[in-house]
Amino acid sequence: MDVITENLDVFAEGMRRTVELSVLSFILAFALGVVLAGLRVSPVPPLRWASATFVELVRNTPLLVLMFIVVFAFPSIGFTWSYFLSAVIVLAAYTATFVGETVRSGINSVSKGQVEAARALGLTFPQVLRLVVMPQALRTVVGPLGGIFIALLKNSGVAVAINVNELTSAAAFLGTETAQFIPAFLGAAAAYLMLTIPSGFATNWLEQKVAIKR
Amino acid sequence: MRNIRLMAASLAAIALVATACGDSDDNPAVGGGQSNTPAETRPTFEAGTTMANLQNKGKIVVGVKFDQPGLGQKNPITNKVEGFDVEVAKQIALGIFGGSINDIESKIEFRESITANREVFIENGTVDMVVATYTINDARKQRIDFAGPYYVAGQDIMVKANDNSIRGVNDLAGKKTCSVRNSTPAANIKRLVPTADLTEFDQYSDCVQALRDNRVTSVTTDNSILLGFVAASPTEFKIVGNKFTEEPYGIGVRKGDDAFRTFINDRLEAIYANGEWAKLFQATLGTLGIPTPAPPRVDRYVSGSAPAPTTTTTTARP
Amino acid sequence: MTAPFLGDALGPRGRRQTRILTVISAVVILGLVVVALMRLADKGQLDEAKWEPFTQWPVQRFFLEGIRTTVEVSLVSMVGAMALATFLALARLARTGALRWATTLFVEFFRGLPLVLLIFFCALGLPAYGVRLSVFWYVAIGLIVYNGCVLGEIFRAGILSLDRGQTEAAYSLGMGYWQAMFLVIIPQAARRMIPAIVSQLVTLLKDSSLGAAVAFEEALRRARINGEFFQNPLQSLFVVAVLYIVVNFALSMLARRLEVRQRRRYKAGAIVVPGAGMDLALMGAQGESAEIADDDTAT
Repeated sequence: MDVITENLDVFAEGMRRTVELSVLSFILAFALGVVLAGLRVSPVPPLRWASATFVELVRNTPLLVLMFIVVFAFPSIGFTWSYFLSAVIVLAAYTATFVGETVRSGINSVSKGQVEAARALGLTFPQVLRLVVMPQALRTVVGPLGGIFIALLKNSGVAVAINVNELTSAAAFLGTETAQFIPAFLGAAAAYLMLTIPSGFATNWLEQKVAIKR
Repeated sequence: MRNIRLMAASLAAIALVATACGDSDDNPAVGGGQSNTPAETRPTFEAGTTMANLQNKGKIVVGVKFDQPGLGQKNPITNKVEGFDVEVAKQIALGIFGGSINDIESKIEFRESITANREVFIENGTVDMVVATYTINDARKQRIDFAGPYYVAGQDIMVKANDNSIRGVNDLAGKKTCSVRNSTPAANIKRLVPTADLTEFDQYSDCVQALRDNRVTSVTTDNSILLGFVAASPTEFKIVGNKFTEEPYGIGVRKGDDAFRTFINDRLEAIYANGEWAKLFQATLGTLGIPTPAPPRVDRYVSGSAPAPTTTTTTARP
Repeated sequence: MTAPFLGDALGPRGRRQTRILTVISAVVILGLVVVALMRLADKGQLDEAKWEPFTQWPVQRFFLEGIRTTVEVSLVSMVGAMALATFLALARLARTGALRWATTLFVEFFRGLPLVLLIFFCALGLPAYGVRLSVFWYVAIGLIVYNGCVLGEIFRAGILSLDRGQTEAAYSLGMGYWQAMFLVIIPQAARRMIPAIVSQLVTLLKDSSLGAAVAFEEALRRARINGEFFQNPLQSLFVVAVLYIVVNFALSMLARRLEVRQRRRYKAGAIVVPGAGMDLALMGAQGESAEIADDDTAT
């Protein structure tokens, strides 16, 4: 197991990158996901269509293919982002599709009576969304969103293919360098578990805290 | 529920179309140059040697590259691997099985070898030999043995055609360059020009694309590989033309298998002598504009005599 | 869907705004697409030479065979994963504490890891320890272990989601634990899980592309090889992306229809697995009638 102990710095660095990648992507994914959800229920057909198409296209394409497309094809359209930024954007876009669906379910779970009451009180649509629907909807989706974050933590490993030095790349590098694959793998596994398991607990805790007491 | 049946049926149809479309063999060797060498007789080998075992098995598994123009590249049209490495492998197979160049393909199974598992595949017998731009170095000799070399490349640098700022390896200091993850060229850069900003990808064409998109200012690897890319896009790229290392390509075999290594070395010398090597070179790398060099001397070193490397950054591999 | 917006039909001002926005957004979207295409053309990405190879049948076959390999490894892994999942689900519901614990550890370990790490280990590490298989099987093993754990959780949730009455009725008829399990519970749970399984197949198909990073010749790797050969990496990526989208979309639609039909027939909702996040493609396949159940089958 010296592979692990001698290379703690490599693992630590990889872990840091993984966390950076995941947190940034999640924030972006959340914003984008809420927008997507909103567009999906918009009365404007082109917006509805655009959102639905985006979701279907992104969700049905493997993450690795999306990464390659953004890194190798986008420069031709004019977007040459750094590898890290490309990874963030791809992960965010991919995750946003799931966030969008979840948020939409959350919105649907808010009873119509709430909306009607809000309208009866004279609130405008944006106000209804902001003050009545979203607060309730978001509390219901904390659990699934936590799960999505954990999945995002894991999906960030795919960034190894586009030259982002996160945990999986650290494991692959150490494994091939030293030919000691099991320690390298276990080291990375432990690091990932150190990220995903606490996230799971945090999600549960948060869910309890904001649960709507009925 | 007509719709569900319809959908399931169309999915099945797609699957059938893909399957029914003739199952082309997985990785058979390509019929190389129009060689008119007469069929070779099948030699006999001492029982117990690798060659005899291979004869009994009826097939040899060779690790090659699938994405290196001129050396080992899969042709989607023929679904076969082509290139200099492939041709050398076929010549060796001919020496084992006899027969003609056209039917030697049926006796070779080509497996794509990636950087990280070449030694491992040789060690555990997944492949019988590796002919994949495999640079001979002392670190690898600790785990496997090399026959050859059969070609000596050198590391060089490729830049955009109109870029004159990079003349040699030292000009890479502080600049963005690209190579393949964990490869010898990458390790060399880290050692020679530590201030270079190295991007590492899984395959060279990714580096080439990065150069095209101006994400990096140069790509560095063996000149044989670079020349392939320059030949494909001569107006876009050029080679700086100053090779700064020697990369002898060898044939990787199991450590300690002296009989096999001697056989391969003998075979290599034979094809050097009868001009076959030069012909194959011209038919593959030669078409990329590389002048045919003289064949290198094979190194019949004693197995296990290589010193263990003292530097720490040498377990990298191309 | 001339939807009532948030439950309220739009009034005349709303309708007018909608009409204006429709026109504006349509123009903007079209404009973006046109700009993108123009930029691509500028860089020569729309050149005939780069697209011409795809009109040749051998190249098409090369890609189709790649898709076939993708489908093959996915189906094989699916079968393996289902077998493993059944074992894991039952083991986790077992009465023996030790088996339950061991299984829980196993499942939580592999579910907490990225699949890409697992596949790297299988393709690079297993050979180093003497395991000799084709790349197909290295990838398949990784997929089976990972998806077996994910599916195991789905199966467990499926079993638990059955009405208690079924189990009670089975026991009162004199059935033992295993009899009840195999004759009553599992058949019903299995039926409910079909949409989830079809969805998971979509995820598997996508995950199989990770094999491209370890020289497994499935669809994506073939696209990259093709791009390298013809010097048309973008176009090859585009073509393979389209292939993936078509296949996965069709399967997703199938999953959605199956789920709707099941909802009608069995009056059973979608199976919600807590903490599964994006592992379950089903999250999105729930369509418009989805609800978040506050499920308390969490461990």
